[in-house]
Formats: sequence, C-alpha cells, structure tokens
Amino acid sequence: MLKVVEIEHLTVEYPGVKALDDVSFSVSEGDFLGIIGPNGAGKSTLFASILGLNTKYKGTIKFFGKDIQKSKEYLKLIGYVPQKPIFEKNFPATVNDVVNMGLRKKSHEKKIDEILQQLWIHELGNRRIGELSVGQQQRVFIAKALVNNPKLLILDEPVTGIDQHSIELFYSILKELNSKQKITIIWSSHDLDAVNKLANHVACLNQTLFFHGESDDFFDNDELVKQYSEASMQEHMHHH
Amino acid sequence: MSLEILSFGFMQRALISGIAIAILCSVVGLFLVLRRYSLFGDAIAHSSFGGIALGLMAGVYPLWTAYGVSLVSALIITRIKDRFNVSGDASVAVLLSSGIAVGLVIIGISGGFTVDIFSFLFGSILLVGVNDTIMILGLTGIILIVILVLYRQFLYSTFNEEQAKVSGISVEKINYLLIFMAGLTVVTSIQLVGVLLISALFVIPNVTAIMYGKGFKQTTMLSMAFSIFSVVVGIFVSYIFDITPAGTIVLLSTGIFVCTIGIKSLGILKT
Repeated sequence: MLKVVEIEHLTVEYPGVKALDDVSFSVSEGDFLGIIGPNGAGKSTLFASILGLNTKYKGTIKFFGKDIQKSKEYLKLIGYVPQKPIFEKNFPATVNDVVNMGLRKKSHEKKIDEILQQLWIHELGNRRIGELSVGQQQRVFIAKALVNNPKLLILDEPVTGIDQHSIELFYSILKELNSKQKITIIWSSHDLDAVNKLANHVACLNQTLFFHGESDDFFDNDELVKQYSEASMQEHMHHH
Repeated sequence: MSLEILSFGFMQRALISGIAIAILCSVVGLFLVLRRYSLFGDAIAHSSFGGIALGLMAGVYPLWTAYGVSLVSALIITRIKDRFNVSGDASVAVLLSSGIAVGLVIIGISGGFTVDIFSFLFGSILLVGVNDTIMILGLTGIILIVILVLYRQFLYSTFNEEQAKVSGISVEKINYLLIFMAGLTVVTSIQLVGVLLISALFVIPNVTAIMYGKGFKQTTMLSMAFSIFSVVVGIFVSYIFDITPAGTIVLLSTGIFVCTIGIKSLGILKT
C-alpha cells in the first residue's frame, strides 16, 4: 500500500513544553485515521507540522515519499478543514466565493456544483457565509477543501459547536468520501464512538503516541479503551 | 451650465483623476478594511506628510519624496507588527503621529507653513496637471491589473491567513504587496482629498457597501459606485458653490453611509 504520510521521530518543543515527543507513524492510501487524545495532547501541533504551518520540528515528515520541507507543492494535494474557521462575521463573501477561494484550477470549476450537492449546501450558494449555521459553514469549508481533488483530507475536531443532526450528516459525508472517492482522511476527534464507527485506523496521542493501529485492535482491547477514557475523563474534570 | 463646466481642461482632469482615485481607493481599501487595517491609510498619509515637507524643503517635487517616505514607513510598520508583536492599531498610531511630527519639524526648520503645504493637507483636485493625470491613470491601471491577476490570493489571505497558507499561497508576500500598493494609492490620492481625509476614501464607501450583504464582487462594485458618485458630485457641487472639494466629497460619502444605516434600521435591507 502506498504511503501518503510518513512521520518519523517527530518532536516539537515550545518554550518550556514538549508538545510532541518522538512520534512516528504512517498513513497509507485509503486509510481513515482517527486521532484521539485529550486537549493539549499535541493534535493541532501535529497537524500544523504536517501542513507546513509549524516548521520548527525535529524528525521528518514525508508526503508520498518526499520530505515536505523540500517544497510546498505537496500542499496542493491536501484539503484541510480547521477546527473553527475564523473569519469576520460580516465578511462580504458568499458560499460560492468561499468555495472558489479554494479553487486552484479554473478547469475544476464545474465540479463545484456537484460537490455542493453532495454536501447538501447547493441551495446556499448565494448566501453570505456569516449568515449560515456553524454546521453549514463547516460543510462549506469541506467543499472548499475538496474542489482541487485532494488525495488527503485533514480535519481538526471538525464538529465542535455543531448540532447533532449536522454531526450525523457530516459523518456520513466523511464515510462516503473515504469509501467511494477513496480519499485518505486524517481526522482528530473527541468522540470515541464516532471514531469507532468511521475510522479504520486509530492513533492515540498524548505528547507521545501510545497506540497506532487498526481501529478494531484498539476498540477490542478493553484495557486500552479504559486507559484512554480515564485519561480523557481526568482531562474533562480538570477543565471544569 | 454643467456642459460648460465640462469644457474646462482643469475640470476634465479633475473628473478623470477623481474617478480613477475613487476606484483605486475602493478596491485597495476593501482589503484593508476587512483586515481590520482601516486606519492604515491614515497612518501612511500622515507619514507621507513628512515626505512632502522634506520635498518642499529640498526643492524636489513633494509627491516623489512622499512616495519614498510612505513606502518605507508602510514596510516598517508591517515589520514592527510582525517581528515585535506590536498590535496593528498601536503601530498605526506610532506611524501616524511620528509622520506628522517629522513634517512639523521640517516645516519649522524651513521657515513655516506655505500655501503648498495646505494644498497637500486638504487636496487640490482642481489643480491637477496633465502629467499628474497620466500618472494617476497609469498607477490605477497597474494596481488594478495586479489585483485582478492575484485576486484569489488577495481574497483568500484576507479571509483567513492560516487557510490561505495551507493552500500553498505565500501569504507574507501577498501581505507586503498589498501594503506596498496601499502606500502608492495613498500618496496618489493625496491630490484628491489631501493627507487628512484619505481614510474617508478607503473606509467609508467600503463599510457602506459591506452593509448591503452581497458577495465580494458585488460589494466591490457597490463601493466603487458610491465612491465615484461622491467624487463626481462632490467636484461639481464644490465648483458651483465654491467650497472645498475634499470636504464635499467626504461629506457626500458619509451621507450615503448614513442613508444606508437609515434604510437598514427601517428594516428594508436585511443582514
């Protein structure tokens, strides 16, 4: 199986804190990898490093076998959906404007309608982005990430602040993108049940990687699930 | 009456350069407003005042020195903001006041205020010469072409810098290019409304247009329309009633803004 992303001995240190410590794993073509871990586990740092936003790391990150520090070209093959897209609430951009921002080649333009339909937002094309619900906005950002036919889709806890109905719809869309369109997905989430249902691989991250493998191996191992649940429960209590 | 006015060369030049500047300020200003950089135009204009004083003292055409000083200060302000983590509004304030201070000191050294200084402070669109008009048209053309060619890059990095970076856009280069173009636009526009009222052209038509709730292209078009209307009507009105063009233009622009707020609060406009 072709390796889409290979991460070797990735260590990221911020002043006084080690965000990631010697993390190594790889993602093969067609994988749907769910990354789980408590808040502050280094998930966003991991994504920032893969996406070239953080270049101060030790170790290597390869995309289709090439070191990502050699050229930024690889970014053209990645679609990224951030946790909460930050923009001015009254930014004068319609849904079509936003999706078009992602468009790198004019030739892909005719695909836009199809993508908007697939994501159930085709009727919103002329609405301003700021008028939509968070769930709808999130789907617009997925559409934007998809217009260039990415090989890899990266989503950072994409259901924060979205209603249950939108979450279900969102999950079914992800499933379809992975199974029908064969898009490799890396997705970080707090929702263990959803990861269990959707992902075929799981990575457990908390500064270090303490599990990476097929999701069945993780969810069939009560000890691992318990450990994870306790860790995130403590984290949860800590936050309240 | 109006046809007679149009036959004057100075009026033709005023209208042509006024319309070009209106378009330019709308387009460049929209990106600045959306980046919460509304006062940036003001800061550059004030620092260019230092440049103008320098030119007048040295006997060089003041707008040339103004271009030089304002471009350098635009780059410095951006550097300070990026490198030393000074907030955008604070760095604007520093530049704004120090520009005027430099101007005042130079004027003091060279023997006090003259008519020339006032025409730069408040604009002198009816005095624009043929060469200035050509220069304004050329610059407008070049900047608009650059924006059209890099439209997606400008829009995306204004909308969300991080996502634009991830999509492979060199956001830093785009930012510098925008700042550079804003510097050129400001100094060019000094002839229309002067150093003190530049912000009005950058900001008012754009905040008005944004309120109409349309997409990006329509917002740009609306903003240009408001701006051109204010400039053209402002030039005519000021000539007929013999009042200052700069003030009239800005007040007309403010008038459209106030009407829009009125329409909105009556609930005729949604969003």
